[in-house]
Amino acid sequence: MAAVKALVLRAPGTNCDQETARAWQMAGASAEIWHLNRLLESPAELDSFQILTFPGGFSYGDDLGAGRVWAARIHQHLSETLCRFVDRGNLVLGICNGFQVLVATGLLPQGARPGMKPTASLTYNNSRQFEARWVDMKVSSSKSVFLKGIERIAMPSAHGEGRFLTATADELAGLVHENQVVLQYVNPLTGDPTETYPDNPNGSPMGVAGVCDPTGRILGLMPHPERFVSPLHHPRWSRFPKNAQPSPDGLKLFQNAVSFLKN
Amino acid sequence: MIWHLEIVPKNTSQSTLNRHRQTEAEELGLPGPWAIHETRGLVIESDMGQAELARAALEVLLDPVVESAVITPVGAAETSSQAKSDTTHLIHVLPKPGVTDPPGDTALNVLQSLGHKVERVRTMRTYRIEGPVAFLPDLTRRLLVNEAVEMAVPGRLSINHLQPSGQYRFKLIEIPIRGMTDAELVKTSREGQLSLSLAEMQVIQKHFDGLGRNPTDAELETIAQTWSEHCSHKTLKGSVERRGRSYRNLLKETIFAATSKLEADWVVSVFADNAGVVTFDDEFDVCFKVETHNHPSAIDPYGGANTGIGGVIRDPMGTGLGAKPIANTDIFCVAPPGFPADCLPPGVLHPKRVLKGVVSGVRDYGNRMGIPTVNGAVAFHPDYLANPLVFCGTIGIIPRGMSQKSVNDGDYIVAVGGRTGRDGIHGATFSSIELTSESEVVSSGAVQIGNAITEKMVLDVLMQARDRGLYRAITDCGAGGFSSAVGEMGADLGAEVDLESAPLKYDGLSYTEIWISEAQERMVLAVPPDKWKDLQHLAESEGVEATVLGRFVDTGRLTLKYHGHVVGDLSMEFLHDGRPRVSRRAESTSVKTVEPVFSSSPNHQEELLELLANENIASKEWIIRQYDHEVQAGTVVKPLVGVNADAPSDAAVIWPSTATNRGLAVANGLQIHAGVVDSYRMAALAIDEAVRNCVAVGADPSRIALLDNFCWGNPERPENLDRLVEAAEACHDLSLAWETPFISGKDSLYNEFLHDGQSRSIPPTLLISALGQLEDVHQAVTMDFKQAGNEVWLVGFTQAAMGGSTWASQYLNDPAEIPSVDADLALATFRKLHEAIKAGLIRSCHDISEGGLAVTLAEMCIGGRMGLAATLRDMPCSDKAAVDTILLFGESPTRFVVEVEPDAVGKLGDLWADLPVGRLGTLVGPGEAGADRLVIKGLDHSVLIDVSVDVLENTWKKPLDWAPEC
Repeated sequence: MAAVKALVLRAPGTNCDQETARAWQMAGASAEIWHLNRLLESPAELDSFQILTFPGGFSYGDDLGAGRVWAARIHQHLSETLCRFVDRGNLVLGICNGFQVLVATGLLPQGARPGMKPTASLTYNNSRQFEARWVDMKVSSSKSVFLKGIERIAMPSAHGEGRFLTATADELAGLVHENQVVLQYVNPLTGDPTETYPDNPNGSPMGVAGVCDPTGRILGLMPHPERFVSPLHHPRWSRFPKNAQPSPDGLKLFQNAVSFLKN
Repeated sequence: MIWHLEIVPKNTSQSTLNRHRQTEAEELGLPGPWAIHETRGLVIESDMGQAELARAALEVLLDPVVESAVITPVGAAETSSQAKSDTTHLIHVLPKPGVTDPPGDTALNVLQSLGHKVERVRTMRTYRIEGPVAFLPDLTRRLLVNEAVEMAVPGRLSINHLQPSGQYRFKLIEIPIRGMTDAELVKTSREGQLSLSLAEMQVIQKHFDGLGRNPTDAELETIAQTWSEHCSHKTLKGSVERRGRSYRNLLKETIFAATSKLEADWVVSVFADNAGVVTFDDEFDVCFKVETHNHPSAIDPYGGANTGIGGVIRDPMGTGLGAKPIANTDIFCVAPPGFPADCLPPGVLHPKRVLKGVVSGVRDYGNRMGIPTVNGAVAFHPDYLANPLVFCGTIGIIPRGMSQKSVNDGDYIVAVGGRTGRDGIHGATFSSIELTSESEVVSSGAVQIGNAITEKMVLDVLMQARDRGLYRAITDCGAGGFSSAVGEMGADLGAEVDLESAPLKYDGLSYTEIWISEAQERMVLAVPPDKWKDLQHLAESEGVEATVLGRFVDTGRLTLKYHGHVVGDLSMEFLHDGRPRVSRRAESTSVKTVEPVFSSSPNHQEELLELLANENIASKEWIIRQYDHEVQAGTVVKPLVGVNADAPSDAAVIWPSTATNRGLAVANGLQIHAGVVDSYRMAALAIDEAVRNCVAVGADPSRIALLDNFCWGNPERPENLDRLVEAAEACHDLSLAWETPFISGKDSLYNEFLHDGQSRSIPPTLLISALGQLEDVHQAVTMDFKQAGNEVWLVGFTQAAMGGSTWASQYLNDPAEIPSVDADLALATFRKLHEAIKAGLIRSCHDISEGGLAVTLAEMCIGGRMGLAATLRDMPCSDKAAVDTILLFGESPTRFVVEVEPDAVGKLGDLWADLPVGRLGTLVGPGEAGADRLVIKGLDHSVLIDVSVDVLENTWKKPLDWAPEC
């Protein structure tokens, strides 16, 4: 069967496109990196892909709030294209700034639908500063096709605006109830979700690190799976014996997506 | 119509920020109590009505889930929601007219693209403050506003328009230097901020006498930029008379000379291009450049550091045909953060504000560019108070065969990237003079504001254009702007520039301002005419502006035109070779060293804890974590390592291309306490530190490339210059002995501050940056202790000299002798250590640097969360060094602590038979006696130190943990 094709979209200020494309390739997909302008010129070409990725970075400088300008461009030009893309059973992944874009468009958490509006926010970390550190997460529901077979996973996170807020606490409880809160920061010792810094780097209520849409085919997460695709990416690889190096768990997300589309 | 759109958080999520501001106010010595409430907002010049603006705000300007907008016409009375009470003082802060405002530009662009009618947008912060009125102006100045680039408007806002300036009417300006007296020449140079010496002015005068005309302002500015210390390095490349020896060209006869003599076949391009280039593997070369941005950072720490890193990133981008930046390194020198706020000289910012500002500046630019900041350092010394140093470095990777460039007759001169504004006029000449307490006022034009996203967009275009062969040469617009970029590229040929074609940020710039503006994010290319259309199309597709400014022509002249009028016409020969040689005198002032007297009843444990808490040693985690150090997914030894990822790595290791296993190691060496006493040894210590850091993580000592960065006081003082020469000689000698070529360098002289007639100089500061290479990244070694039961050994010889050590800076009043580097022993040590690492014999390795052995062991224990029982008895040392205090805290160079598995000890012993090695002790595992404790016994077997790893960690982390509570 034909190779799974992943599109990695970039906008001015996107800066994780190359390693994200590499991760798709390592997972067995073919990957192309496109400037947003190219997709705007020919939106129909999105149909030749099965995976759309919004990678990390600082799109448009995040000058008006993380992901907001990119989201406005999508609202203006690509809403219908995206809805059709998702309706056809395809996958969407947003990492870090990409997650922020998905939330600012409204694609997350409520899914692709006409006239979508944001109902959640990824806002300033409680620390009010950008921070880079590895985080431990648990997979809290089996809803996301990207997270099949994963229980616990560590990845590097690097962001200044990652605190996931809904307008009301009830809305967050609703997302939990619908199993859409799929990744939570945990205390590495107890494995329990945490709101405590620094295990939870941004202060997200209930430790929300990643959410999916109602179909489970759109995933957004703050940490960076594409930065953990080799044992050498692990922060403590030099402590492991040569013959028992850490498994590069970030790669699993990409592999899961590819096998979902192949089956 | 001008609107103020204030963005108000819906809940109390901002309370952290406001609390933070209050703490900062108290730290700056402004007695409270303060209640400071900050909001962000936009000032929008637009024909939109209030309702349309409200819709636009929801659409894109704010986060509708957590924020709402308060929209008021500017000048209208405050609404009740805005003015809290009569005792609340309102202060608005916005960028000065003409200052680049990236978020304002982004808002303007997106509003226009969404179809709204908007003329201009500027960002603004609004403060509502309750507190003692008398201190309000101080609070505003010291904390809320950066007067170099921002203005504070107290009370109600009143703005008529956001247009920065009026129209420019062309008038050719000539400077009547013919017939001027010497005094008039000096005055012309000073008042024009040209930083040209009398001798230089005289040569210019003579040149134009010969031409029978006066220079235009553009010509004089071009000469001043090209001849500036910043651009031409006239001191280092000048002649020096010193102790009976005369150098014709100091740099050429010391640092260059070593590189030339070495003739290393892996060196590609040295001291010629924007960065030095060496071979990496079959596919790629790598390049490295470190720059300083000291003077601008003293005035505006955020903007100065921001454009510092932005500028050095453009160096690899402008090297060869353009390298892709893959890593950044940043080193800051500032005064201790505890400096009493009320003792600051006028015009000087508090060191804590400086440090926070430069960290934020580097963070915001480096992170946005998507370049990992993998390594760095901060050094504290009171003499950096008025002259903080900001070193920024970038490593780039470039396909082999693309490291050379050429310019052909007829090639278009093409500017790519940001528009030209009044930013940074006189940056090059400004960095070549001493700061005074008025600098803040007179030089604010020299401060630029960066926009990282523009630079990222330029990079995206360049990498594609390079691979498609759309240009023949490239350089960045740094100091001097177009004048230096075009002047350099066309030096061997000639160039004709039509200044009116440069795209401007706003109207009103004169032809000279266009020519010398240091607006950021601009690159200049030489484009063959038949490639221009393709380049133009590519740039357009990425939303990047590319403009033809003129042509390179085979005239040997630099010809400037403005709407057809010739406004400058200089011979390239005069411009580049006409500068009179600088000749300076160096004279030593010997500093007498005093042999330290050691206490008869020292408390070594207390001293260790005090050293761990010394800012120069304390954990820099607060800074490191603000930098993205893993973007590009190539950082395999991170800046913080160990069980809890909190121990300081000696060097970062990058794995730039997964096609092979080769890696790069990045490290720095800096010795700030030794230069006044013995500059030669100071330089040797810095080189040793940079090299040993690379070797410690597994780099091959036969493939290490070095950079020098000299930051000095006024070189016209003979004693300053003497120290400079000594340091340069040390660079020559060690580079040659170790076959570690210098591939690039930079200098920033005149780091002095004039106050009340007294000139205060920084310590002689030489930053050595090292770029090492690993054959296989899997062989990299980290510094955290790994396994209980393993043995801990030391390699290296300890000298008695305590000078320059952190211990001496803390406990000695008189200068002590500086330790020397034994070049032969060091080279043997580097090689044998590398062999041991390649053979897999070393489980962990850490160099001994600030704080000596005791601090090194403490850091390794913290990294491994593991105890160690050690003794000093077997340390190889000189007879005079056989003193517990020296063995614990001395900073003799070329020493490493290594961890070895018990069954590898024999092999290592054989391999290192000829080296000075000593066994220190054994790692203690959980459950054993002494687990989680560092225990060190002295020469007489008594316990000198017995302290838990928890205490070590807390003591070391606390001083610079400036993260806000959350």
